[in-house]
Amino acid sequence: MLSSAQLIEFANNNGIPLWALNASIALVMAIVVFAICGLGVIVFVYMERKVSADFQLRWGPMHVGWHGTLQLIADALKLFSKEDVFPRNADPWVFRLAPIFMFLPAFISLMVMPIGPGIVIQDLNVGLLYILAITSISVAGIVMAGFGSYNKFAVIGSLRSAAQMVSYEVPRALSIIGVVMIAGSGKLSSIVGAQHIWYAILQPIGFVVFFVSSLAETNRAPFDLPETEAELVNGYYNEYSGMRFMFFLFAEYIALMSASALTVVLFLGGWHGPGPEFLGPIWFLVKLFAVIYVIMWIRWTLPRFRIDQVMDLGWKVLLPLALLNIFITGIIMLVI
Amino acid sequence: MDLIKMSRVKEQRVSKKTPIKQDLDKLEQSLELELPETDKEIDSLRTEELIVNFGPQHPSTHGVLRAVFTLDGEIVRKIEPHIGYLHRCFEKIAEKRTYAQFVPFTDRMDYISAVLNNWAYSLTVEKLAGIKVPERAEYIRVIIGELQRIAAHLFSLGTMGVEAGALTPFLYFIDEREKILWLFERVCGARLTYNYINIGGVRADVPEGWLEDALSFVHHLKKSIIDYDKLLIGNYIFKKRMVDTGKFSAVEALDWGLTGPPLRSTGVAYDVRRSDPYSVYPRMDFDVVVRYNGDNYDRVIIRSEEIKQSIRIVEQAIEQIPDGPIMAEGVSRELVPPIGDAYGHVESARGDLGYYIISDGTPKPYRVKIHGPSFGNLQALPAMAKDSYIADAILTIGTLDTVFGEVDR
Repeated sequence: MLSSAQLIEFANNNGIPLWALNASIALVMAIVVFAICGLGVIVFVYMERKVSADFQLRWGPMHVGWHGTLQLIADALKLFSKEDVFPRNADPWVFRLAPIFMFLPAFISLMVMPIGPGIVIQDLNVGLLYILAITSISVAGIVMAGFGSYNKFAVIGSLRSAAQMVSYEVPRALSIIGVVMIAGSGKLSSIVGAQHIWYAILQPIGFVVFFVSSLAETNRAPFDLPETEAELVNGYYNEYSGMRFMFFLFAEYIALMSASALTVVLFLGGWHGPGPEFLGPIWFLVKLFAVIYVIMWIRWTLPRFRIDQVMDLGWKVLLPLALLNIFITGIIMLVI
Repeated sequence: MDLIKMSRVKEQRVSKKTPIKQDLDKLEQSLELELPETDKEIDSLRTEELIVNFGPQHPSTHGVLRAVFTLDGEIVRKIEPHIGYLHRCFEKIAEKRTYAQFVPFTDRMDYISAVLNNWAYSLTVEKLAGIKVPERAEYIRVIIGELQRIAAHLFSLGTMGVEAGALTPFLYFIDEREKILWLFERVCGARLTYNYINIGGVRADVPEGWLEDALSFVHHLKKSIIDYDKLLIGNYIFKKRMVDTGKFSAVEALDWGLTGPPLRSTGVAYDVRRSDPYSVYPRMDFDVVVRYNGDNYDRVIIRSEEIKQSIRIVEQAIEQIPDGPIMAEGVSRELVPPIGDAYGHVESARGDLGYYIISDGTPKPYRVKIHGPSFGNLQALPAMAKDSYIADAILTIGTLDTVFGEVDR
């Protein structure tokens, strides 16, 4: 929680105004979450490279550090030190702001994730709504990147992603309603608290719809149409290089982390697990990595859909399934 | 496009030849006046066709194809392939080299299946000079040629997966191809451009134990190709992407001059190994794989099935191979064929690969004309991929499996 009684008392005794206390706590928290994000991204990219290597009869990074563990730090340093290439006809502001617009939503959606019992930065009453609202902003970042960089491939990629994300927003939101109906709350910590049986078991349809649309939301395979390297040469971030490119990569993996964390919180029992309560965060992490592994497994196995097939799947399959899920949940709750 | 149309409409309005036309114009003008503001705004919004340059440096153009796509949203209205970025004047160079000197140049044409190019050229020169190739050399040519076909088809299947977004199968296919390249390396020391099949036979006999290793490799591939089929070709998404896209009928395919897998996918059983047999293929028992739908999926499946047929041929050839010389007697490096011309063709991994050579009785050919199957297959692309999605057009380029060393020569 942001302001506990002791802290307020401490502030009063030392003459620190309340707004300064709140601001400093928010700043500290933001830095902590940013550090966690940075670490998480390094771990996930390393994991992705190792998992993909394992799938593809390769070793992956092996030379920098033990089993290539320092490879990503070297890569990050390289990207930092690269020249900032700015396309001649690009829109200066839109082009520069796009990576931030991509990065921020995924980043601040982590603020409401309950990692363990009581371990959460800001436990909002409308946490679920907040996440749904925030994560849909990132599409603005993609569209900005596409239009700002004055590149035809980027425009096509960003249009694709706009269509895709708007379509999958709907089934994703609807698939959560079943969970909210059972838990009786939109607060993420109380959803986990009420989850003695995993909602993936109670809500199998909702879980599948949510998982598939999360893949589409985060532009992961088989829905990575906006960045298809075979057709659009990396789509919307075609013109980005160096640090800005790294920001896109950063944003992508944080979005992956946030979507997986939300899956764990809503459907896989959050911090619940055998053993004493203080093991909660560890169980959360184990589940998080399991979900991310499955997502990577899917990415490195399946081909990708075509744009019209993606739309068909979203509107004609997932949306009716999500509605059916709400209907069934409602009837069962009436009966019981 | 739209601008041109609009200007034409304007011209018609100015001419005003018939009274009906005048009335219509008046009616239109009056209607335009009555339009509310918002509708006018919508009318003034232009939809424009986007012209995008795919290539020559594009990850999925298999080399240096520059294709100009005219896009209407996600749909490709028109494709113009531009070729010539890899042109190296091989046909002209051939006129300045002796017959034996030109063999290494043929490697650089279809560099994914180089040995088959060696073979087609050597076959034609042998026809021209009336050289009889020893039996053992013919069998080695068949074994090497079929292994090369397997390697080329594996590569093609792998890149197809990459174009459809599946990156992992590519590595599996490349791994198997690598084993074939090792086998080739042991035979001739090279991995990509072999210069192995020469006029009159092959350059060197296979090393000891090589035939057994080749046999054990094809046995291994026979088992693993079933898994790969399940992984890539049997995949639901892959099927959904491929079936009924880039469709071509048999008549169209023959009109456009397609050969190889793209032709056989439309139901025409044309395979040079059967239609105009050469070497020891008449003694081999294998099927010409034919599919009837003519879409991208059939073109992919044919390649996978042909790998299985090639495995059968390699097995039989290794069983039947006799001992003996590997080079025809009396073939010198200063080969002077009699005056005349000859056409020889083989079934390469892409299709019907032909060489037409005219000799004027000197050590150098008067003219060498090469018919590359990729060139014929590529020219059907605009017709095949018209009005399809961008993603499908890219897949169609992939399933035609053109190699640009051969298109441009």
